[in-house]
Amino acid sequence: MQKIYPDAAATLEGLLFDGMTIMAGGFGLCGIPENLILALRDSGVKNLTVISNNAGVDDFGLGLLLKTRQIKKMVSSYVGENKEFERQYLSGELELEFNPQGTLAERCRAGGAGIPGFYTRTGVGTQIAEGKEHKEFNGEIYILETGLVADLSIVKAWKGDEQGNLIYRKTARNFNPMMATAGKVTVAEVEEIVPLGSFDPDNIHTPGIFVQRLIKGEHEKRIEQRTVRQRENA
Amino acid sequence: MPWDRNQMAERAAKELEDGFYVNLGIGIPTLVANYIGENIDVTLQSENGMLGMGPFPYEDEIDPDLINAGKQTITELRRTSYFSSADSFGMIRGGHIDIAILGAMEVSEKGDLANWMIPGKLVKGMGGAMDLVAGVKRVVVVMDHASKSGAPKLLHECSLPLTGQQVVDMVITNLGVFKVDRGKGMTLIELAPDVSIENVKSSTQADFNIAI
Repeated sequence: MQKIYPDAAATLEGLLFDGMTIMAGGFGLCGIPENLILALRDSGVKNLTVISNNAGVDDFGLGLLLKTRQIKKMVSSYVGENKEFERQYLSGELELEFNPQGTLAERCRAGGAGIPGFYTRTGVGTQIAEGKEHKEFNGEIYILETGLVADLSIVKAWKGDEQGNLIYRKTARNFNPMMATAGKVTVAEVEEIVPLGSFDPDNIHTPGIFVQRLIKGEHEKRIEQRTVRQRENA
Repeated sequence: MPWDRNQMAERAAKELEDGFYVNLGIGIPTLVANYIGENIDVTLQSENGMLGMGPFPYEDEIDPDLINAGKQTITELRRTSYFSSADSFGMIRGGHIDIAILGAMEVSEKGDLANWMIPGKLVKGMGGAMDLVAGVKRVVVVMDHASKSGAPKLLHECSLPLTGQQVVDMVITNLGVFKVDRGKGMTLIELAPDVSIENVKSSTQADFNIAI
């Protein structure tokens, strides 16, 4: 089975429908599937529920799909960097489900592993716990959270091979590995497609079983907070 | 003189012990890294998937694939490891991180913490804060004693949506340091230089004991 596609538009062909749920990897603008987000925008697919830790910035990442009003609902942990997001949410145009970041990560991991729910202490006594089952284990109260799956997961990795095996780089890994497991279909974009056998099998982060389609993308890798230190003068 | 941001961070750094795995929040807590004692060895965790966080990069070292939870560019160290968000929060929720130092909007005398949203106004989200306060062994809050308009932030009960209930162990403000006995009450244990107990009382709504 051929997993490698020529470009982002081709790799999404036949997968998109209005009202679908999409998981998108990345933390801030780090490790986001830039090419696939652009292809989603160009496809015009709408009424999307998007599960992603953040919502990009106004003119990059998922912010592009907010601008075009293709997103109906976001499931995220933090959206502080996106003015358009804040505007749409406060005016009631956009639905938002806040998940604690660890709960979001675990919900994706659980969904991909066929685990429908799990208990966690995170959020007990807060708004997050409202309406959720509470259960005591060893004298501590926990709440029930459910696993998440998506119609489509889009992820970004550093390198991939024709089997869909993926390796991520540094903190660009973040949500990508769990989301890769939780899509009914998972499409990955990588910086480099390597020949089969190039990876040390011990060092593969996402085994190819989780990846159905793959493209090589072009990555701008925009930086949100460029922080540096100065060299002391010699 | 009340403490400034750097002095608050310097005071918070005294809570770190040799061998600790530490998570620092955004804002003043980030500055704590500048005051870690030379004779102690701590490892900084960044919840986006890194253990062993290094300093900010030199201009020619900037790597867009290497950021901290505040989305700032950083560097790695020889001890560094990278992992997924699920593994990262496994460390946090599994109780493997020794201490978290966080900012706050409000703290109650029972140790409740509010730092993630102002209804109808600011919508940012909790990020990893709810996981950190629920899972990390010890939680230290660093914040200004009062809001910009002078309203107290140490309260009988938080008025804002909670991040966690009975989760704070210590509060360091520009006026002093409070120890919190989760669910019971707080005790003023230190004052910033030239700050009086009366100064603290006049800008605090929460009840507190004094043990200075």
